[in-house]
Amino acid sequence: MFKSVPFSYSVRSLLVRKLTTFFTVFGLALVVFVFSTVLMLDKGLEETVVSTGERDNLIVTRRGSSSEVQSSITKEQASIISQIKGIASIPEPKVSNETVVLINLQKKKGSTSNVVIRGLKHSGIELRRNFTLDQGSLFREGTNEVIVGRAIAKRFGGLKIGEIIKFGGEMWRVVGYFRTNNNGFESEIWTSNDVLMQVFKRNTYSTVLLNLTDVSKGRRIKDTIDKDVRLPLRAKFERSFYEESSAALSKFITILGVTLTVIFSIGATIGAMITMQAAVMNRTTEISTLKALGFSKLQIMITFLFESFVLSIMAGVLGIFLASFFSNVEFSTSNFQSFAELAFKFSMDSSIVLTAFLLAVFMGIIGGLIPAFYATKIKITAGLRSV
Amino acid sequence: MIINLAFKNLLRYPTRSFLTMVGVAVAILSFGLLSTVVESWYAGAEGASSARLIVRSSVSLMFPLPMTYKNKINRVDGVGDVSWARWFGGVYKEPKNFFPQFAIDPKSYLRIYPEYIVSDDQKENFFNDRRSTLIGRKIAEEHGLKVGDLMPLQGQIFPGTWDFVVGGIYDGKNNGTDTAQMFFHWDYLNEEIKKRKISRDLESVGVFIVEVNDVKKVGPISQDIDELFKNSRKETYTETEKAFQLGFVAMTEAIVVAIRLVSYVVIVIIMLVMANTMVMTSKERMWEYATMRSLGFDRKFLNKVILFESLFLSGIGGLTGIVLTFPAATLFRSYTGTLFPVFEISLATISTQICFFLVIGLVASLFPAWKASNGKIVAALRAA
Repeated sequence: MFKSVPFSYSVRSLLVRKLTTFFTVFGLALVVFVFSTVLMLDKGLEETVVSTGERDNLIVTRRGSSSEVQSSITKEQASIISQIKGIASIPEPKVSNETVVLINLQKKKGSTSNVVIRGLKHSGIELRRNFTLDQGSLFREGTNEVIVGRAIAKRFGGLKIGEIIKFGGEMWRVVGYFRTNNNGFESEIWTSNDVLMQVFKRNTYSTVLLNLTDVSKGRRIKDTIDKDVRLPLRAKFERSFYEESSAALSKFITILGVTLTVIFSIGATIGAMITMQAAVMNRTTEISTLKALGFSKLQIMITFLFESFVLSIMAGVLGIFLASFFSNVEFSTSNFQSFAELAFKFSMDSSIVLTAFLLAVFMGIIGGLIPAFYATKIKITAGLRSV
Repeated sequence: MIINLAFKNLLRYPTRSFLTMVGVAVAILSFGLLSTVVESWYAGAEGASSARLIVRSSVSLMFPLPMTYKNKINRVDGVGDVSWARWFGGVYKEPKNFFPQFAIDPKSYLRIYPEYIVSDDQKENFFNDRRSTLIGRKIAEEHGLKVGDLMPLQGQIFPGTWDFVVGGIYDGKNNGTDTAQMFFHWDYLNEEIKKRKISRDLESVGVFIVEVNDVKKVGPISQDIDELFKNSRKETYTETEKAFQLGFVAMTEAIVVAIRLVSYVVIVIIMLVMANTMVMTSKERMWEYATMRSLGFDRKFLNKVILFESLFLSGIGGLTGIVLTFPAATLFRSYTGTLFPVFEISLATISTQICFFLVIGLVASLFPAWKASNGKIVAALRAA
């Protein structure tokens, strides 16, 4: 039996055509790069919204409203909810009545955007376990003091601690910055609910957040609220609520990303195909010699496939390397559904690396397949005669 | 002679030439699509007028303004017609069928927006029936609606079911007019808020639309209007319709920038592919070029052959790409429905596409041309 053609043959032949190899690898790498950054963006969005909220919290909104801003809950309805069994209540019921409004604020870079202002009590803040105060102090209840989420503080102007912002005909003083482990709340500004409602002349809450004694009871409480005829309301697990609230944005990113990747990969695959085709053409004599030496068609095919495989591996590594520079870079845009600013990060994980790598290999193999097949068709005589 | 040689060269490896052309075509096509997406993002602002002002709450659009403001605005010097609209935010059948709905004052609104074209009898229809609605051509086509059809909406901001009758369908004056909007009577909405006891502000509007008599005075007029309500509970913010629409675009700026960036990456990728092909070609032909030079053909001649070959490749590919952009855009439009109210391939896009394939062809021929004219004849001949 013959041994296979040494792999070093494939690698060396790539080195012979340095410029061509470089162009092809770079083209493939760009595709891998675009593909992985899109995946990273989508992943980052998912991480942000899914981690917005606790597993054992339920959020109640008015039926038919798709965002917190649209919802309204009367005080009577809110008090009925707080008496439902199964809600944690030591010593007071762990329920937070909240008001959410959108205000226009000036970004540091030119344009204005909508920012969520959430009115809540200190007890409501406690329902968000990953809340930590970064700088300054908490707002005092019953005052016009606000605390600003980290992502908003970074992007919007005039929000230094001690500075005054004006909205709703009132002055509000920034007293602290908070973070909530990179989730969606960091794109909000929080203040005392009573004051917020008074300023905006609101007599209804937007949402009611409840903490369960036990996650397994969530389903039952949800049903109780959904089916109560007195309540035109709907309860959802907090995490799925925020996930749904950015579903359109996530779908958009995915569709755009996939479309782009498909188009790009066609281009890059063609590039790989051209390179490999040329590699085969230039080596008619060599291939014939290999055949004359007794290497089988399959072995020759594998040799060329391996060559394009090496190309794609290099492209995969380069593309992912480039994409890794974007890891943890923050991206901020307006969420189409809630019309509010939302910041999230490019986030890389092993599954993205793997998927991007598979794409690279796939492009390489597809690109190499036809030329490799072509190589097996070369006749020994024709190849050797041309010398 | 030059043309002949270039063609012969291209036909030497038909597969490779074909693949390269496909590559260029794909790139030009995707660049065209992407820039059309970006342009349609700005379409709302493009179609907006700088002679109309939008007055909204200074806090954010979410907060309505009282109807009583209308008379005060009317009295401001230089103000012509005033109309108003309130965002409804309903769902037709499924949440994915998104299109904006506004409660408007029919007569003044259609006066201020002459670009919405409705036939006289449909206009009559719409004016006279308080529960009727005027929808854009795009919505009518997407959902197969005709005049007289029932059109129920599920209110998100104003809860409950709202049954409208299609009273008219409007067309756009030109391609850039947004025909994916729905209008109905503000009076009707206001009455129902009362009747259904909905906890939303009565006698309120989302925005006032103000027509100014002299376009040059939009600045001072805006200030005058805002001055009227300064230090009141509900301050206003007035800007031109154009600025108002651009404000929306700016909110999603990051996405637009990303798409733009990506559409240039496409071009770079394909330039690499093209350059690659040409580099390979020139390598294979070093010997030929040397022969031709020793026969007395000068460098200019060789360069011309290479340039022509490269331009021809990118030209055929590029033109195919441009032609294909049209069916692709139609497909994209039908897939996304009313998401992009205006989705038209602009002349600017096409000219950029043409520029790009010319540049691609030119750049790709640089290296081979340099190689062909600078190689030592003897060395190249000896190597063969």
